[in-house]
Amino acid sequence: MGAKMVEFNGWDMPVEYPASVGGGIINEHMAVRTGVGIFDVSHMGDIRLAGPQALAAVQHISMNDASRLAIGQAQYSALLYPLGTFVDDVIVHRLGEEEYLLVINAGTREKDFNWVRDNTRQFDCAVENLSDDFTQIAIQGPKAVHLLQKLTDADLGAIKFYWITRGKLCGLPNTLMGRTGYTAEDGFEIYIPADETTSATVWYEILTAGKEFGVVPCGLGARNTLRLEGKLPLYGHEISDTINVWEAGLDRFCKMEKPEFVGHAALEKAKAAGVKRTLVGLEMTGRGIARDGYKVQDESGCEIGYVTSGSPAPFLKKNIALAYVPIEFAAQGTALKVDIRGQGVGAVVVPTPFYKRPKKV
Amino acid sequence: MAYPTDRKYTKEHEWIQVNGNSATIGITDYAQQSLGDIVFVETPKVGAELTQGKTFGTVESVKAVSDLFAPASGTVSEVNADLATSPEKVNSDAHGSWMVKITLKDPKELNALLSAADYEKFVAEEGGH
Repeated sequence: MGAKMVEFNGWDMPVEYPASVGGGIINEHMAVRTGVGIFDVSHMGDIRLAGPQALAAVQHISMNDASRLAIGQAQYSALLYPLGTFVDDVIVHRLGEEEYLLVINAGTREKDFNWVRDNTRQFDCAVENLSDDFTQIAIQGPKAVHLLQKLTDADLGAIKFYWITRGKLCGLPNTLMGRTGYTAEDGFEIYIPADETTSATVWYEILTAGKEFGVVPCGLGARNTLRLEGKLPLYGHEISDTINVWEAGLDRFCKMEKPEFVGHAALEKAKAAGVKRTLVGLEMTGRGIARDGYKVQDESGCEIGYVTSGSPAPFLKKNIALAYVPIEFAAQGTALKVDIRGQGVGAVVVPTPFYKRPKKV
Repeated sequence: MAYPTDRKYTKEHEWIQVNGNSATIGITDYAQQSLGDIVFVETPKVGAELTQGKTFGTVESVKAVSDLFAPASGTVSEVNADLATSPEKVNSDAHGSWMVKITLKDPKELNALLSAADYEKFVAEEGGH
């Protein structure tokens, strides 16, 4: 479609689409916030766990509590190393009585699959890497449900956020559709057979059906600005194998009341010892854009931390960032500086998420 | 696209339009297309010295920071105030959106720059259009 492409973890991916199709990072971002945008997210990975001990296996490797999932329900979680640091973040879907689907990041497909398989050998459960079997398309925004409803016989209105369903989609039978996403908006992620013909057909059918809603194809650029406004973590930035759950502020997805899971003991110790640094939201008060990796300083110019992700926020029309700082600098309203190419530019600690979608009245 | 012939161009995609001993500088349409939505432009202050080929500021899109390279040496006499409030004008009209005006130090420096025709060829080879 004429998109600007970039290499991302072995994938050729669009950063943004041309203006001729309504693209550009800002247009794409605003389309998702006010209408609907679609993303090809097939680079994401899919691991299926099935068998009599599938739940036990998931409980062992995932920090959230999968026993709370009804069939058709999903939850955000993470896979942790024994140190309580991140292998990856993940959405755990319960597909059946003894069947779970983990949707993981592109950059960590091989690593995650090997890690899951190696850490679940003791359970009576089959672990399959289905990543190449699926094309995954995300349809995101307040009008996403209306768009997708035109293409499926499943009753999407009945599907709550973070629940999934199956139905006929663009003529394809029994297609998995989840009310999930990475944009801090309502929306769906659909999983269709990965052959090129099917994938292209469905993509173009979605674009056609979405014309009346002003649908825009969206690339990685908008994907990043959207998730940043919603404070959704990106592996390698807010979460990594050197950051633990408490530092990342993902406590509410970590069920320590589970008797065990990989990382449990280390997390207990870390909590008892006290968390030294934490992830905060920053808004630039001076003229300048804080970007990934830039150093954060206190008011006197001493380096105290670093930016994990930073960018202009197209919807909020501010320059925002997420950063790790020592806890003594984490209070809202704390004045800090970001080193932008040698100049300390003013920033302030603000509440997160920066953006929350409006509640349906 | 046909690039305006009333100015010269650099391989770093700046344009320079001469008027006597003074010159106006901006970035080309090819540059703005490659950058995408421009959100921030950093320019030097009035009185600053530019040296041909050296960086004199930055232009930022949502995703990236790009250096601006001086097409010629000189002293900044004026800065476009619009850039601070409406950087997107550079996208909608790159050839009409100037960034800085300078008093030229050595007009002969411009002989090293590209004509509109040469720039068009250069851009076509770079995979542009």
